[in-house]
Amino acid sequence: MSATVTTLLDLLAIALFILGLHFLNSPPSARFGNRLAMLGMFIALVVVLVGTLNTGWWAVAVGVFLGALIGIVAAVRVKMTAMPQMVALYNGAGGGAAALVSTVELAVAHTRHGALDPLVAVSLVLSAAIGAISFAGSIIAFLKLQELMSGRPVTYLGQQFVNAVVALAIAALIAVFIWHLAVVPSWVYPALVVGALLFGVLFVLPIGGADMPVVISLLNSATGVAVAITGFELSNELLITGGALVGASGTILTVAMSKAMNRPLTNVLFGAFGAHGGQEVAGTGGPQNVRSVSVDDVAAMLAYASKVMIVPGYGMAVAQAQHSVKALEDQLEKRGVKVLYAIHPVAGRMPGHMNVLLAEANVPYESLLDLDAANAEFPTTDVALVIGANDVTNPAARTVKSSPIYGMPILDVDKAANVVVLKRSMRSGFAGIENPLYELPNTSMLFGDAKASVDALVAAVKEL
Amino acid sequence: MTLHLLTVLVLAIFVGFEVISKVPTTLHTPLMSATNAIHGVVLVGAIITVAALFGAHAHTPVMTVLAITAVTFGAINVFGGFAVTERMLQMFRRRENPSK
Repeated sequence: MSATVTTLLDLLAIALFILGLHFLNSPPSARFGNRLAMLGMFIALVVVLVGTLNTGWWAVAVGVFLGALIGIVAAVRVKMTAMPQMVALYNGAGGGAAALVSTVELAVAHTRHGALDPLVAVSLVLSAAIGAISFAGSIIAFLKLQELMSGRPVTYLGQQFVNAVVALAIAALIAVFIWHLAVVPSWVYPALVVGALLFGVLFVLPIGGADMPVVISLLNSATGVAVAITGFELSNELLITGGALVGASGTILTVAMSKAMNRPLTNVLFGAFGAHGGQEVAGTGGPQNVRSVSVDDVAAMLAYASKVMIVPGYGMAVAQAQHSVKALEDQLEKRGVKVLYAIHPVAGRMPGHMNVLLAEANVPYESLLDLDAANAEFPTTDVALVIGANDVTNPAARTVKSSPIYGMPILDVDKAANVVVLKRSMRSGFAGIENPLYELPNTSMLFGDAKASVDALVAAVKEL
Repeated sequence: MTLHLLTVLVLAIFVGFEVISKVPTTLHTPLMSATNAIHGVVLVGAIITVAALFGAHAHTPVMTVLAITAVTFGAINVFGGFAVTERMLQMFRRRENPSK
């Protein structure tokens, strides 16, 4: 294959990636977009297999076989509730691959000629460092989301200091590597990789469950950046473009998530999550003055409403209640009740998590309202049914200046005529902040497992 | 050469921001898994590296294992990312009977 043909086909692949992402701008065209991106990847792989791979084909065959097997089996089996940890693993795999490519390239360069080209050297160490951070950080994020380790923030005295020291050490090792390019001591590169892995672990440890949407987006962005830098190392436009697109996407999501939590991005980047977790104990005071109601009361309230707004949160995902919720929607719509869903950007453990769960349960996407659209509807809503959501409905975010979540945009469920909160117990939400919503006169509480409660409601509405 | 690559990078970043800012929140999870598949393009880099490793006769057992692992990770991204995105997007549907 001539160089011109190779370049043109790579350009075609890049165009297909961009068009693919473009068509993700609406649900009806999104599948077409995914297929275009697939076609782009297919072309890119054929080009490199035919054009570049003249030796070592068996190693590629083994790797692709294993990767395709693992990837496809995981994609088919994963539960929609487990998508956040799945994406965390994919982020980690991408970062790991970038770091490994750099490591192998370095070994190859050593056998060929002494000193590396400075540009190659800079991109090599940067892609190794960022890739390793993303790899290790993603593994910790996965362990937390899969609940193989505690989802609570892990904090200790001097944590910020330790993180800063490790980050500085990494920066110093990068500097040493580049300055002494001709005679880099052999321990520098391994030390750099170990330091980056350690930093990845340390940086995700203090981040707790409800903050996961920010972390996953950030790791997604980091992986994209690592891949783009790997492209500089190999002088490959495909990697640069692909990585840059993902870096941009991850950055947009990170900014959107931190806005939705009212946390400046700098706050996120410098790992101030620990401070937030520290305020946790503050609000777990005595029992609140709440009104508990029975399933039949709620069923009657819902059945005779004209508009019901369902507000799902991570609790719905944990209880796997999305199908029951859809059954409730069907029962209510049969009676002429209009049912809509209010989705907060950080409900769940990753951007768009609730939307995918409800789509799985066959809820049409037109019924899923985002923050602004939902808040426009609450004043004319008869019943707001809060299922497993807490902090994103907390009116203290609007009024109580001392609250840790003050200023966070929330769903104004308290503006609905009635609020029914489905909750396991009176324990406070993940952030450990008391929710004055529960004490409002128009709020009633229905205690119990989300799925069991919704199932009971479905049965009770049917009876009416 | 370096300038040319930098041009590509900067343009790709601009295009990325432009295109992705138009993706609605409801599709953010599929967007993430699709971008997982796209950064799987690192598989192309891994394949180039395998060719370089074997071409330079530098394939010690350790480096061979690392290179195969890089290919495996990249392939997990490509195949898993596209497959899971496809699976999710199949679930997004319109209201069947636009009644009200």
